[in-house]
Amino acid sequence: MTAVPVAVGRRFAWSGWRRVAAVAAAVLAVAVAYVAFRGQFVLPHSDEGGTFRFFNTVRNWVDDNRNSSPVFLFFVNQIRLGVSVLFDTLQTVLQGMGWLGVTAAVGALALVLAGWRIALLAVAGFLAFGILGLWQESIDTLALTLTAVLLSLAIGVPLGILAGRSARFRRLITPVLDVMQIMPTFAYLAPMALIFLIGAPAAAIATLIYAIPPAIRITALGIREVPHASVEAATSMGSTRWQLLRKVQLPMAKRTIVLAVNQTIMMALSMVVITALIDAPGLGENIIQALERVNVGNAFDAGLAIVIMAIVLDRLTVRASQRVELRERAGRGSSVTRRRLLLVGATAVAALAVAVGAATPQGRDFPESWFFSFAQPVNTVVEWVETNLFAVTDGVKNALTSWLLNPLQEVLTTAPWWLVVVVVFGLGLRVSGLGPALTAAGCLAAVAALGLWQHGMETLTTVLVAGVLTLAIGIVLGVVAARSPRYAAIQRPFLDAAQTMPSFVYLLPAVALFSATRFTAIVASVIYAAPPVIRLVEDGIRGVPPTVVEAATAAGSTKRQLLWKVQLPMARPALLLAANQGIVMVLAMVVVGGLVGAGALGYDVVAGFAQREDFGKGLAAGIAIVLLGVMLDRITQGAGGRSAAEQAARHTG
Amino acid sequence: MKGSTRARLVAGMAALGLLLAACSGAKTETTGGGSAGGTKGTVKIAINPWVGYEANAAVVGYLLEKELGYTVEKKNLKEEVSWQGFETGEVDVIIENWGHDDLKKTYIQDKKVAVDVGPTGNDGIIGWYIPSWMTEQYPDITKWENLNKYANLFKTSESGGKGQFLAGDPSFVTNDEALVKNLKLNYKVVYSGSEAAIIKAAVQAQKQRKPLLFYFYEPQWAHAQAKFTRIELPAYKSGCDADPKKVACDYPPYVLDKIASKKFADTGGKAYQLIKNFKWTNQDQNEVSNAMTNDKLSADQAAKKWVDAHKDVWQAWIPTS
Repeated sequence: MTAVPVAVGRRFAWSGWRRVAAVAAAVLAVAVAYVAFRGQFVLPHSDEGGTFRFFNTVRNWVDDNRNSSPVFLFFVNQIRLGVSVLFDTLQTVLQGMGWLGVTAAVGALALVLAGWRIALLAVAGFLAFGILGLWQESIDTLALTLTAVLLSLAIGVPLGILAGRSARFRRLITPVLDVMQIMPTFAYLAPMALIFLIGAPAAAIATLIYAIPPAIRITALGIREVPHASVEAATSMGSTRWQLLRKVQLPMAKRTIVLAVNQTIMMALSMVVITALIDAPGLGENIIQALERVNVGNAFDAGLAIVIMAIVLDRLTVRASQRVELRERAGRGSSVTRRRLLLVGATAVAALAVAVGAATPQGRDFPESWFFSFAQPVNTVVEWVETNLFAVTDGVKNALTSWLLNPLQEVLTTAPWWLVVVVVFGLGLRVSGLGPALTAAGCLAAVAALGLWQHGMETLTTVLVAGVLTLAIGIVLGVVAARSPRYAAIQRPFLDAAQTMPSFVYLLPAVALFSATRFTAIVASVIYAAPPVIRLVEDGIRGVPPTVVEAATAAGSTKRQLLWKVQLPMARPALLLAANQGIVMVLAMVVVGGLVGAGALGYDVVAGFAQREDFGKGLAAGIAIVLLGVMLDRITQGAGGRSAAEQAARHTG
Repeated sequence: MKGSTRARLVAGMAALGLLLAACSGAKTETTGGGSAGGTKGTVKIAINPWVGYEANAAVVGYLLEKELGYTVEKKNLKEEVSWQGFETGEVDVIIENWGHDDLKKTYIQDKKVAVDVGPTGNDGIIGWYIPSWMTEQYPDITKWENLNKYANLFKTSESGGKGQFLAGDPSFVTNDEALVKNLKLNYKVVYSGSEAAIIKAAVQAQKQRKPLLFYFYEPQWAHAQAKFTRIELPAYKSGCDADPKKVACDYPPYVLDKIASKKFADTGGKAYQLIKNFKWTNQDQNEVSNAMTNDKLSADQAAKKWVDAHKDVWQAWIPTS
């Protein structure tokens, strides 16, 4: 990929009927080859694969060298110590302040930063932690999440800015981000526990790995979205690069950077349960314990606490940034004195509460008489649903499985592997260009080389179906939300809940309704992956400059024309990012799917975490999931009509 | 400008400080059992995520704290990570171990960081189960020879035309694929992937009278919620499961045992003795498990209830010296 736009993404530009004839001929050739070679070259699965053994030897090396190799002594262990110190400080401070201190402090902070409405929400949210009887665990989770989020932003935002300004850096870092986001945490959880030991530091680092990519990607998107005209105007007036960044790009990208902060928090909170498997403190442990006892109600309580925390943090950060923006636009005025008074007052009240909270047992331990749990009612409802709706849900599952899932899986698993690779190459070529097509085909061939072809095809089927469903739902709801702010406001808490409610909470009822099947995995994937898609689509369409919308309306467009001819095309980068993130999130759920009957790669990863001798297979399966993700990404990245490299070349600056 | 010079100075000094601290390097080994806290010391018990395990840990932990005055630190970990903890010093004891010969070889024989502390007295029985309602309607279904006759009953959307056998958590040893192949059964093994999923499916199958053939075991608290019947596979004979590919016989009973880190075994004193003496029956464990799941008591409450009712049993575990 050179910087010359013309030479990039050479595609075969034939016109009219010749193109149709060529496509038809290609499809016919594929069909004939499939029928001819069906069932051959299918690379059946074997647990004794050579790659699996190789990874086992790698693991043994790590095992043996942990306390002697300089890499570990001076690098890895220092990182762990640093993270450990940060977490311990946060945890001690927050626990020490007691419920009274923390609630008051958060309320005061929210009041000063975001206004009285958010302050009320924050106080109510934190009181809810106590009422649910989960105060200690909630504070532990909060400390862990803050540790991970602060580190993610500290590292991620600067990297995002760099990626936004430098196309070369962006190309370099994209595959790394793909791996970090798609590689299932389960696959590297055991070796991570080996390197960073167990407990909060390892959990924070695992969370960091998962939560940094959206910080970087969305920040980069925000920087790139700054109108070229503004950048040119600033440069022509003589700004240095640093001034350009600080005075033009960052302020204009602020709304999108806040979205990055928001998504980082959401991703960090979604790791709460998995990290509990390596003894991370907090609400995750409650959920795992509730799952052991198959008690959905208890899991719901802890899940609700996580959702509340997510909503409070989200609203706080969004509103705080909005107010800063408003204030900057309005200019400084007489409200400065009033704000100073408010600041002093709030600090005084908070300090008093902290003192009381730290000193007295009533202020430290949440009063038990206020406890209330949703466990009983939730269990009753769930049992009713499971008993009475089973017929309907079972029918839906069977229908979708026999009409969509099974035929697709049949085709993919019985076709010769080279045929599938060729088809993927052809698709990539047609949609995105030569480079991405080669990458996509290469990734698929690598899956075969890892010895995971059959399982890879089974997982690909599930992912394709889930991905298509997610994108369809996501785009529809995102468009609706962009056009109706009231609907958007109502929808937002549900999106937060769907994204942050640990899937383990609703997986048990899902298993009761849909049995342990691939369909259950698809349902879980769609619930998890749709919210970010909806949000990004909504943000993208809202980001279309109002002047353009006005011009189009003035020229006489109907609402439908406005949507299809103006808003969607102009929101293309956001739509592509939404599609990309949707696929990534669906892939992130492949392992969870393995826990509820989807089998294939997801189950292999879980097995790798559970049995030492399967570690190699588990790691290989994790890599295979990443390869599938990269393949899907490369095929879809050009779906807007141009390859990403061309777009990057247009956005130089 | 003054501000930025000062900022740079501070940053430089901070970096220098970090560098100096880093030069000392750091090992990851933490001190083993017997460190600060409590009057006697701390015992770190790994808690593997199933209720039977928690029952063992609850009672042992309760006795360590109340009778011997130790501080007990419980760490929620899966088996794999728990065994790793022996090496790093983060785990002192695993209080219920199901087989895991590969881990025993690695950590007990090769690395010599763990020791086998003897059986817990619980026998693990693994097998193929069906919900009990099926035995009323199809009395001969419990014999494995008749499973092919009933394969249609167990067909699902995942089993591709054959009967479905639902397997569970991958951390359990399974011979199911080999059994299906070697006994020439018209079934497909579908992996539910987690214990919770299988418990859910099994309890639902019995309550809603649905057919289900699944991997299950005792002791397990779900047996108190719904009745399951075990299928009779060809009887187990010593050595019939030596080659995992040729298994055609039933699962042997598992002797569940306790594993401790070598350091804890050497320096654990009375705590180690108590754990070594700990031995009870499946019935005892079920009592505590049921209290935790069906009666919704906390681990400590369930332990206290059992301890109060069975002084004659646990008195023998307390080391005298």
